[in-house]
Amino acid sequence: MNNKKSKVVQYNRWGYIFLIPFVVVYLIFQMIPLVTTVYNSFFENYRSGLTQIGPNFIGLENYKTIFTNGDLPAYTKNTLIMWVLGFVPQIIISLLLGAWFTDPSLRLKGQRFFKTVIYLPNLIMASAFSMLFFTLFAKTGPINSILVSLGVLSEPYAFMDNVWSVRGLVAFMNMIMWFGNTTILLMAGMLGIDTSLFEAAEVDGATASQIFWRITLPLLRPILIYVMITSLIGGLQMFDVPQILTNGTGDPARTSMTLIMYLNKHLFSKNMGLGGALSVFLFIITGILSLIVFKFSGNTDPDGKK
Amino acid sequence: MRNMKKFASLALATAMLAGVLAGCGSDGGSTNTTPADNGGSTAATAAPADNGGATTAAGEEGKVLNIYVWNEEYASRMAKHLPGYDAADVENPLKGGKIGDVEVVFHQTPSDNNAYQESLDSAYLKQADAAADDKVDIFLVEADYALKYIDSDFALALSDLGISAADVSDQYEYTQKIVTDSNGNLKGASWQAASAGLIYNREIAKEVLGTDDPAEVQKAVADWDKYVETAAKVAEKGYKMCSVNDTYRVYSNNVSGKWVQDGKIVVDANMDRWIDDSKALADSKAETTDDLWGDDWAKGKDGGVFCYFGPAWFFNFCLDADREGSVANKGGWGFVEGPQSYYWGGTWICAAAGTDNPSLVKDIILTMTTDKAVLKEIAIDESECVNSKSVLADLAGSADGNIALLGGQNPYAELAKGAEGIDLSNISAYDQACNESLQNAMKGYFTGSYKDKDEALQAFYKAVVEKHPELSY
Repeated sequence: MNNKKSKVVQYNRWGYIFLIPFVVVYLIFQMIPLVTTVYNSFFENYRSGLTQIGPNFIGLENYKTIFTNGDLPAYTKNTLIMWVLGFVPQIIISLLLGAWFTDPSLRLKGQRFFKTVIYLPNLIMASAFSMLFFTLFAKTGPINSILVSLGVLSEPYAFMDNVWSVRGLVAFMNMIMWFGNTTILLMAGMLGIDTSLFEAAEVDGATASQIFWRITLPLLRPILIYVMITSLIGGLQMFDVPQILTNGTGDPARTSMTLIMYLNKHLFSKNMGLGGALSVFLFIITGILSLIVFKFSGNTDPDGKK
Repeated sequence: MRNMKKFASLALATAMLAGVLAGCGSDGGSTNTTPADNGGSTAATAAPADNGGATTAAGEEGKVLNIYVWNEEYASRMAKHLPGYDAADVENPLKGGKIGDVEVVFHQTPSDNNAYQESLDSAYLKQADAAADDKVDIFLVEADYALKYIDSDFALALSDLGISAADVSDQYEYTQKIVTDSNGNLKGASWQAASAGLIYNREIAKEVLGTDDPAEVQKAVADWDKYVETAAKVAEKGYKMCSVNDTYRVYSNNVSGKWVQDGKIVVDANMDRWIDDSKALADSKAETTDDLWGDDWAKGKDGGVFCYFGPAWFFNFCLDADREGSVANKGGWGFVEGPQSYYWGGTWICAAAGTDNPSLVKDIILTMTTDKAVLKEIAIDESECVNSKSVLADLAGSADGNIALLGGQNPYAELAKGAEGIDLSNISAYDQACNESLQNAMKGYFTGSYKDKDEALQAFYKAVVEKHPELSY
C-alpha cells in the first residue's frame, strides 16, 4: 500500500520534469513578452530619428489616443469587411466540397488528389502570393491586358486604386489560401457523424438536400463554430496579404489597412507605447473570441446532443 | 525492470532538459500554439544579415569592413572601379569581397518605409558595444535624411580621418553642404553630383513637337505653364506625359521653407502647386499616378511615356539600356534641364564613429570621391554625373561624354550647370518621411479615393505623425 503510493508520487515528479521544456519556452517567448507589452502600453516611449523619447509613465494616455483618434474603428471595420468578404464564400465552398467528398453515394474518384490540390495554396507563402497578385493585377499587368484585348474593358482598370477591388483581392486571396484547410476540418466533422443517421434518413425517403440541411448541418454546428471563430481570430490578425499587396500603405485612402498593419506602422517608429496599447486591445478581443471557442468545443458531447 | 524504466525516463528527461538549455533557438517544437489561422498572419522583420566571418583582429586595423547600403549601386561602383578591391562576384556585388586581407561585408536594407534608416538606427545604438569586427565602418546616406546622421555623432568628420578641405575642393559645393553638420564639419563625400533634368523620348517629341532637338524641347517645357501645355498635346496623341510622382521632386526642391517649422508640419506653397497641377493633369489623363519604381511606371521605358525626370544616375541605373526593345537600347532618349532646376538623390559615403578601419575608410572615400581617373572612368562607364568640376568640364568638351542611350547627346554641360545652381537651404531631417507620405496621400486624392484635398492632407499629416510622433500640425 505504502509502496504503491510512493510510486504515484514519483511518476508525478517525472511528469513535472517533462513539462519543464514547455513551461520554460512558454515563459520566455509568450509570458514575458505579454506582460511587458501591457507594461509598455502605459508609457510614452518612441524614437524620433536618433533621439529616444521616454519612457515616461503616462497612465492610460495611449489608450485614450487610440480610442479617440478615430483610427481604431476604421481599421477594425476594414479588417472585418475583408474577413467577411473572404469567409462567406470560403465556408460555402468548403461545405459543398466537404459534403461531396464525404458522401459515399457519390463515389468520387481521385479524392486524395483533389484534397491535396485544394490544400496546396496554403503552402505558398502569403507574401509570395500577394506579390503574384500585385503583378497580375497591375495596370499594365496580364489580367488587364487580357481584359482589354478581349474587349471587356476599353482601358486598363486600376485595381489598386479602387477600394472594393483591393478589398476584394485581399478577401479572394485569403479565401483561396484557406478554403482547403476549412474543407478538411469540415470533412473531419462530417465523417464523425454516425452513418446510420444518413442511412435511416435515406430509408425514410429524405432527399440529399434534406439530409444536408436537417442532419449534416445541425450535427456539424460545433465544428462550424470552431472554424468560424478561429477564422475570425486569424482574420483579425490579417497582415501579410494586404501589407504586401498595398506596399504597406493600406491604400486606397487606407481603406485596406488592417489592425495589425496599423500596429506595424507604430512599431516602425519604435513607438512601443501606442503599439503596446493597440496590442492589448487586440489581445482582449482575441481572448474573448477564444473563450467562446473554448465554451463551444467543451459542449461537443459524444452522443451528439448539441 | 523498474530500474531500467527509471533509468530510461531519467535519460529522456535529461535529454529534454539539455535540449532546452542548449539552444532555445533550435527548439521550435512548442513555442507557439496559435489557433488554426484562417486569415493569415506573420510578423515582418527585416534584420540585416549577421556578419559571418568575423576573425580576431590582428595588427592595428580590423579584418572586416562593414558597409551599410540600401541597394547595390555603391557596391557595384566599388566592385568595378575601386583599385585594389577584389570583389567576390562583380555581377552580384553585394556579396562583398576583399581589400588586401580585409573582408568587405555589405549589409543591405531597402530604403522603403524608412527601413534602411531603422537598420542604421539600431546599428548606431549598438555601435559602442559591438565587437570590433561587427562595428559599422562605412554607411551610405541619401540627401533626404542625411542631416539626421550628420548632426549626430554617428558620422565621423572627414578631418578626423585626415581628409582636408583641399582634398575635396574639386567637388560641388552642394554635395558638401548636405553633409556638413551644424558646427561646420564636413562629414561625408559623394562621387555623384545628382543635378537632374527632364529625360524625354525623342520619337514622341518628334511626333508631338515636330522636333527632338534638345534646345527646342527645352523651350516646350521651360516652365510649369509651358509644361502643362505640352502635356495636353502629348495626351492628345495618346501618350502619357509621365507620372505625377516624377514631377514631385522638381517642385519639392524649389520650396521656400522647411517641412517642419517649430515642431509643426508645414505644406509649402510650391507643394500646394504640385498638388493642384498634378490633380488637373491626372484628371485629364495627361499624367499617370503610378508609383515610382513600380511595374506600371517602368513600362514607359519601352515607350508610350514622353519623359522621366531624373539625374545622371538615372540614365544608367533606371533606363534598362541593356534590355533589347527598351527605348534606351535604341538610343531614343534626350536630356534637357526641364521646368525648374533640381537634384535627385545621390549617395554620400560616411565614415562611422567607432570604425576599426579608419585608414582604409579614408582611402576608400578619397579614391571613390576625389580620384579623377576613377571618377572619369565611372562617368564614362556608367554615364554618371560625377562629383568633380574638372572631370565634368573635361567630359563636356569631349566625345567621351556622348551617351549612347541619349542618342549620342552630351549632357555634361547641362548637368554641370545644374550642379552649380542647386540650393539646399531648405532640407531637413524630416524630408523622407514627409515626401513619402505626401506623395502617398495625394495619390489617393488624384485617383479619387479621398473626396477632397483637405481629407488627403489630413491623411498626410496622420502618416507623418505616425513616423514622428513628436510633430504636430
